Amino acid sequence: MEENKIISGIKVVIIGGSAGSLNALMQILPELPDLNGFAIVLVVHRKSTDDQTLEDLISLKSSIPFKLTEDKVPLLPGYVYVAPSNYHLLFEKNETMSLDISEKINYSRPSIDVSFESAAEIFGSSLVGILLSGSNSDGTQGLKMIKDAGGTIAVQNPLSADMPFMPNNAILYNDPEYILNINEILRFIISINS
Amino acid sequence: MIEDIELETLINDVYEYYGFDFSCYSRASLKRRVNRLFHLDGFTHFHEFLSKVRYDSEYYKRMVDEITVNVTEMFRDPAFYSVVRNEILPLLGTKPFIRLWHAGCSTGEEVYSMAIMLKEAGLLHKSLIYATDINATVLETAKKGIFPLRMMKEYSENYRTSGGQEDFSSYYIANYGIAKFNEELAEKMVFSQHNLVSDTSFNEFDLILCRNVLIYFDNDLQKRVINLFDESLAVLGFLALGTKETIKYSIPMSKYKQLDKEKIWRKIK
Repeated sequence: MEENKIISGIKVVIIGGSAGSLNALMQILPELPDLNGFAIVLVVHRKSTDDQTLEDLISLKSSIPFKLTEDKVPLLPGYVYVAPSNYHLLFEKNETMSLDISEKINYSRPSIDVSFESAAEIFGSSLVGILLSGSNSDGTQGLKMIKDAGGTIAVQNPLSADMPFMPNNAILYNDPEYILNINEILRFIISINS
Repeated sequence: MIEDIELETLINDVYEYYGFDFSCYSRASLKRRVNRLFHLDGFTHFHEFLSKVRYDSEYYKRMVDEITVNVTEMFRDPAFYSVVRNEILPLLGTKPFIRLWHAGCSTGEEVYSMAIMLKEAGLLHKSLIYATDINATVLETAKKGIFPLRMMKEYSENYRTSGGQEDFSSYYIANYGIAKFNEELAEKMVFSQHNLVSDTSFNEFDLILCRNVLIYFDNDLQKRVINLFDESLAVLGFLALGTKETIKYSIPMSKYKQLDKEKIWRKIK
């Protein structure tokens, strides 16, 4: 693990998670100071269309400004965005986000693979992808796309994950540069662009 | 993944050969859809796919059917339907005749949802629902009112959450894996092909629904379509969009008043 490598020129940190990831996010997001010139995009599987728990928790517990993700909103540095439930989240060349209600991928909408792949195409080496706890294989293919496009990838240490399947699967197929515990993920994000 | 230049060539060719204009579609989604079809149909070189589209008009039709997204459900976003049921239908009910336009209706699940609510409000007899889509294949499905039986559990839950009080299964007859909705519901529906990119207004409406269609369009086309809706909407009529869509970048907001938190706007002048 290259703990001391400086990661710079990052525009977007995209974080995917499924079962158990809310727990990890709640330990990370409230501790984050102002973001260093990049935006965070969260793509998390949720049970129902009306589930606003994640948005509510972020706006209550985190000091980072949070923007509701609607169709064609611009991605601005310093903000946190959340993929709305029941939509796939995609990225356009002019760095706006667009939404799509096409078929579920990996039984999921939003699908982490779909957003990771789209972000990789637009942001290339200025993208960091992080995959958290979960119990399906969504995210593995997306991380590969991020890596192939020159981006940096990190996976939650499966030992620290409530549901280790998703990070394990990603590690098995992607050989990520970073395998991190929850507190290490926090330090990792703080280190970006600084 | 197909290349950007390949996608642009396809868009140009489709316009040149068939007159259909995809140039204002959001690229991220369009590229995914074309890429999906390219692999699904087993092409290895893009030029093979391109010449198939150019010279085989049946295949061109298949391409349009496949790349336009046709995912829909009954009572999608129950909270939205609850507002329509409780706040909008009572206002529309005061009119002698109610005209609705469901633009981009796909296979019709939301059109039947609306008909059910109109029936329950005692308004269906004096309503007319125009349901349009660019895709002729999905309109055929919509006309039949036949949906997969396996979806009924979820639709029934959506219906209840939206405030429905009746026995949802009384609206259809279940048979061999399909649910055929009562023909009475379809009596007030008119289905026709309409292209939001190039066609014009065809009537004046009291309620226009166009949910999760604008997300596939770029800002310029969204503006055009919302202005088309504006031209087609009676004063004090309502425009309803998908939960993540907005009119605010497309039209002066002084003309419209938004209802609660839902994506429903009333034309006030």
